[in-house]
Amino acid sequence: MFENLADRLGGVFDRLTRQGALTEADVQTAMREVRTALLEADVSLPVAREFTRAIERKATGQQVTKSVTPGQQVVKIVHDELVRVLGGETDPGPLKIDNPPAPILMVGLQGGGKTTTTAKLARRLKEREGKKVLMASLDTNRPAAMEQLAILGQQIGVDTLPIVPGEDPVAIARRAKTQASLGGYDVYMLDTAGRLHIDEVLIQQAADVRDVVKPRETLLVVDGLTGQVAVEVAKEFDDKIGVSGVVLTRMDGDGRGGAALSMRSVTGKPIRFVGLGEKLDALETFDPERIAGRILGM
Amino acid sequence: VPRRTLDDAMLEEIEDLLVASDMGVETALRVTANLAEGRMGRRLSVPEIKEILAGEVARIMEGVARPMPLYPKRPQVVLVVGVNGSGKTTTIGKLASQFRAAGKTVVIAAGDTFRAAAVEQLQVWGQRAGVPVLTAAQGSDPASLAFDAMERAGRDGADLLLIDTAGRLQNRQDLMEELAKIVRVIRKKDPSAPHNTLLVIDATTGQNALSQVEIFQKIADVSGLVMTKLDGTAKGGVLVALADRFGLPIHAIGVGEQIDDLAPFDPQEFARALTGAA
Ligand SMILES: Nc1nc2c(ncn2[C@@H]2O[C@H](COP(=O)(O)OP(=O)(O)OP(=O)(O)O)[C@@H](O)[C@H]2O)c(=O)[nH]1
Ligand SMILES: Nc1nc2c(ncn2[C@@H]2O[C@H](COP(=O)(O)OP(=O)(O)OP(=O)(O)O)[C@@H](O)[C@H]2O)c(=O)[nH]1
Ligand SMILES: [K+]
Ligand SMILES: [Mg+2]
Ligand SMILES: [Mg+2]
Repeated sequence: MFENLADRLGGVFDRLTRQGALTEADVQTAMREVRTALLEADVSLPVAREFTRAIERKATGQQVTKSVTPGQQVVKIVHDELVRVLGGETDPGPLKIDNPPAPILMVGLQGGGKTTTTAKLARRLKEREGKKVLMASLDTNRPAAMEQLAILGQQIGVDTLPIVPGEDPVAIARRAKTQASLGGYDVYMLDTAGRLHIDEVLIQQAADVRDVVKPRETLLVVDGLTGQVAVEVAKEFDDKIGVSGVVLTRMDGDGRGGAALSMRSVTGKPIRFVGLGEKLDALETFDPERIAGRILGM
Repeated sequence: VPRRTLDDAMLEEIEDLLVASDMGVETALRVTANLAEGRMGRRLSVPEIKEILAGEVARIMEGVARPMPLYPKRPQVVLVVGVNGSGKTTTIGKLASQFRAAGKTVVIAAGDTFRAAAVEQLQVWGQRAGVPVLTAAQGSDPASLAFDAMERAGRDGADLLLIDTAGRLQNRQDLMEELAKIVRVIRKKDPSAPHNTLLVIDATTGQNALSQVEIFQKIADVSGLVMTKLDGTAKGGVLVALADRFGLPIHAIGVGEQIDDLAPFDPQEFARALTGAA
């Protein structure tokens, strides 16, 4: 539906077809296209702006190698910078889940994929790392949310905390913590109700849960199709609850996934996993190269 | 109030405001150009600009603001489709409650036979709305459930049959084919059905909504849109791009998780929220 960056820049530079170094004027023309490509990929405006400025500095004066066109050269600069920002400066290392029982808190907006991702991750920890995992649903809000997690637990052979009707999320978190210690679990995962980043009551409730369990990882689960609001969501969840990593879901779709760049730039927190389907094995570790290519429509 | 001359720099700021609402670059440029026409060089205050912008947006949206049409059909079949997690099931609960309050008899079919506890979730909504929910076993064929539900709704003389479907991404051909089959089977029973096919779109969605509408329309003959989660801070600007490109009616908006949190789509209000006009 949208033109990719290579085509856009091809068009711009065809008219210029210069050799030698990229002049300031070339770069400025190109930046307009880069900005548009990022925005069409749903990168948030402030992030797109900052990113283009960084690129502009890097690209101006660069020699265009003989074997490529100026357009290809700019695409490469943009791509490399995307990979750099998406991947971060330092390797985040494995999830911090030694020290059993290690709590993992899952948070995010409504419908982003928290419950499904909780089960996917539990399955992965069980099967790849041999961890004994307990899952608990703190979602007292959405109809049948607890049943949903319990069914998923059965499907993957992972225990779920027994449902006690009427219990509030903080009490459930306490019970999960106790059960995880007594039951000899390596990891316990807390799935929470979806909440808006501006819902002060529910955000505070998640902060209360955090204070009770002191999670080793707090994963923000975000729909990969998210648009401009990504920056605000990531910032609020990180400020109010504290986020240690991001999971991007629905990356099996045909969305460009610009939210990845927005989230990463704003929080500085690693993107840990991507969801690639409804099935419980459809979770992969994050690969900056792949997402960079997608954002650019390549 | 301070005034500034409407120049290129200012137009760029306006364009940015629109882009930040998820309108997309192309539509934002067009709306900005409309605003600029005949006004370049004029001195305008920020509230005045927002007012004009809101007017532009409302003008585009007025043509598509339409409640879901009711037909003298019994049952009138309403198929609800969309990507995963957009709010289909919740919206069905809200719609059922509204139609019931309007004196209609309603039946719901739990056509998401895939997702864990999708049926249980809809059953709770059915109870809340006071409407029966027809179900089938998990993993069973949603098309045959739809067929059975039409028969049952017909027998019971229900005014409306609301059919939930599993969430599916529009690029997943297998799942889109499953949806096409649901429509085919429904038409076997009543060639004029589904009388409404509602595509539910999450307001946090960015430009992918364009692809959602394009493909769902192709496969399932979408007749109208519902945008959910407008109670958040996402402005839903992509609706403007959708109105511009597809012109599909927007029937309602979701503004919360409770049963009454479904409102008619009001173009004026939408435009004001989007542009920040007072
Ligand atoms: N295609 C696809 N669907 C996904 C993915 N992850 C989750 N889903 C689907 O998205 C929908 C919502 O997922 P949930 O796990 O219920 O989301 P949630 O965040 O727990 O939702 P709430 O608890 O209501 O806030 C379901 O239909 C899932 O099957 C993914 O990576 N790809
Ligand atoms: N804030 C807010 N949340 C909503 C709205 N509509 C639905 N939700 C929430 O979004 C989440 C997903 O809603 P569902 O109705 O389960 O979505 P769905 O499209 O049926 O999801 P799948 O069947 O998994 O594809 C739930 O947590 C709902 O409570 C809305 O208008 N505002
Ligand atoms: K979403
Ligand atoms: Mg959930
Ligand atoms: Mg549903």
